[in-house]
Amino acid sequence: MSAVLPYSIAAAALVALGLFGLVVQAAVLRKILAFNLLGGGVFLLFGVVARRGAGAGATADPVPQAIVITGLVVAFAATALAVVLALRMHQITGAATIAEAAEDGFPDK
Amino acid sequence: MSGTTPGGWLLVLALALPVGGMLLAFALGGRTAERIALGVLGLGTVLAGMIAAEVYAAGAPLAYRLGGWAPPLGLRLQADGLAAAMLLTAALVLLAVALFGRAAQATPPGVQEARAPFTFWTFLLALAASLAAAFLGGDLFNLFVALEMLTFAALSLACLDGRPSQFRSELRYLFFALIGSVLYLLGTALLYGAHGTLDIALLAERAGADLPTLLAAALMTAGLLAKMALFPLHLWLPPAHAGAPPAASALLSGLVVKAAFVLLLRLWIWVLPPVPAGAGAPLLAGLGAAAILVGSLIALRQERLKLLVAYSTVAQIGYLFLMLPLVLAGDPEAAARAWLGGILQAASHAFAKAAMFLSAGLVAGALGHDRVAELGGAGRAMPMAVIAFGLAGLSLMGIPPSGGFTAKWLLLTAALGTGQWWWAAVILGGGLLTGGYVYRVLAGSLTAPPAAAPRPEPPAQGPERVALALALVSVALGLVPLASFGLVQIGRPILGGAP
Repeated sequence: MSAVLPYSIAAAALVALGLFGLVVQAAVLRKILAFNLLGGGVFLLFGVVARRGAGAGATADPVPQAIVITGLVVAFAATALAVVLALRMHQITGAATIAEAAEDGFPDK
Repeated sequence: MSGTTPGGWLLVLALALPVGGMLLAFALGGRTAERIALGVLGLGTVLAGMIAAEVYAAGAPLAYRLGGWAPPLGLRLQADGLAAAMLLTAALVLLAVALFGRAAQATPPGVQEARAPFTFWTFLLALAASLAAAFLGGDLFNLFVALEMLTFAALSLACLDGRPSQFRSELRYLFFALIGSVLYLLGTALLYGAHGTLDIALLAERAGADLPTLLAAALMTAGLLAKMALFPLHLWLPPAHAGAPPAASALLSGLVVKAAFVLLLRLWIWVLPPVPAGAGAPLLAGLGAAAILVGSLIALRQERLKLLVAYSTVAQIGYLFLMLPLVLAGDPEAAARAWLGGILQAASHAFAKAAMFLSAGLVAGALGHDRVAELGGAGRAMPMAVIAFGLAGLSLMGIPPSGGFTAKWLLLTAALGTGQWWWAAVILGGGLLTGGYVYRVLAGSLTAPPAAAPRPEPPAQGPERVALALALVSVALGLVPLASFGLVQIGRPILGGAP
């Protein structure tokens, strides 16, 4: 169990850092990076789960690893979509942040 | 659990049809994409009807084991009453939105294919596929993938116009959705670590009130609430839904948030044991009640029509959460009523809100603006759109006879039946506030136009008829005798009994 402990702590730290960055950072690019950090933490946790759940004779449970691969594809697609949207927003409006209120009278509390 | 049932192939077809259609439409493009989308969505409606009939006739959920592998290693598709009802609702709304979109997203013969229609038709099919996956999935990780596909498809539809003002609100939507899905994924990691499976039926047997399960449920619930924009996580929804083109707004408000709600029900009613779920449910219902009151009050003060409709979505989402403490209260009769009430609310809101956004889009398109104070003359120029808005409003308010009335009545009686009268007060108060903002729009559009105003261009008849048809369906749901809604009870776990 102690062999996976450093990885569990690293996963928790990555999740915490990523979540903090995603909420606190205003710049879109930083938010996207923070999302990837957060995702990395979750995938590492799946790795820990795979190692802990290893059956007799196997070094790791393959199901969480399959989940991580699928999750990576999804996170990659999400990152690509976010980057494209951020780029278009920067090209059209010159803005690199989503911090301000939208223009159509939306009450931003 | 059960293996593949007779008719299980219908579930595979319900998923494969829109995916195959999307790929074909993507490859062929142009006018063919529109034909494929209309054909596939039409067939999808027939298929959803067949699945619902099959579930109703069998009185038991349909299931299909992919590749014949049994859970926990294999994956399962399953359609219980909840899935069948939501699938049918989604199929009808998608078909209506596709018919509505024919006017704006047509590619006339001989014209080079443009980006917006091509995106509209392919992503409409992508949305249909991801909704089917979210309703039919029997495995928490597959549901995660469905939820992500749903976000991507919905976001692409919302950004269809490419207007500068859209990017900020749609990016904000994307970030909320991404936080939501990562939290959900974190929860599935904990559940898999604790129980070694993500199959919903197996988890229901294995999960207890242990720490990993509760922590996972809390994380997944928080993630799903962010996706559903439950108060106080609602700030992203109104600009994102109001800024999108009308067809996309109708789908976002009517269907996309409902998929996350179905996942929430899977988690709270199926996976979680009744005791911790019953303890947590009043908290969620409290947030729902706050959403009803705050959303309606803000809607009452909106100056723009589309934002008003979007805030009304925030409020109507709140009603869905009121069913949780009533279903989990332990009274089987009240639970059945609240369950039907909640699902009927989801379905009638899908029809009514789609009708509202479509008719609001028609009104805004014809007048050239959507300021609520200057809607004068809209009723004369486009009576069908204004009537559609009014009928949909009746359903949202809960005035009989309408689907919204039956839904709210069932929730109300379940609340009184289990002695939780405070939810009944919220339901009644929310109905009054809804009446207030619907009246503002109707009264505005029925007044005479200012003399100096230019005569609004009357819109094409087809889209107006679609909006009216959707509104009529949301009203007609209230005329169906209650006994014929037995479908939605099929496959629901009964408290204290085996699922």
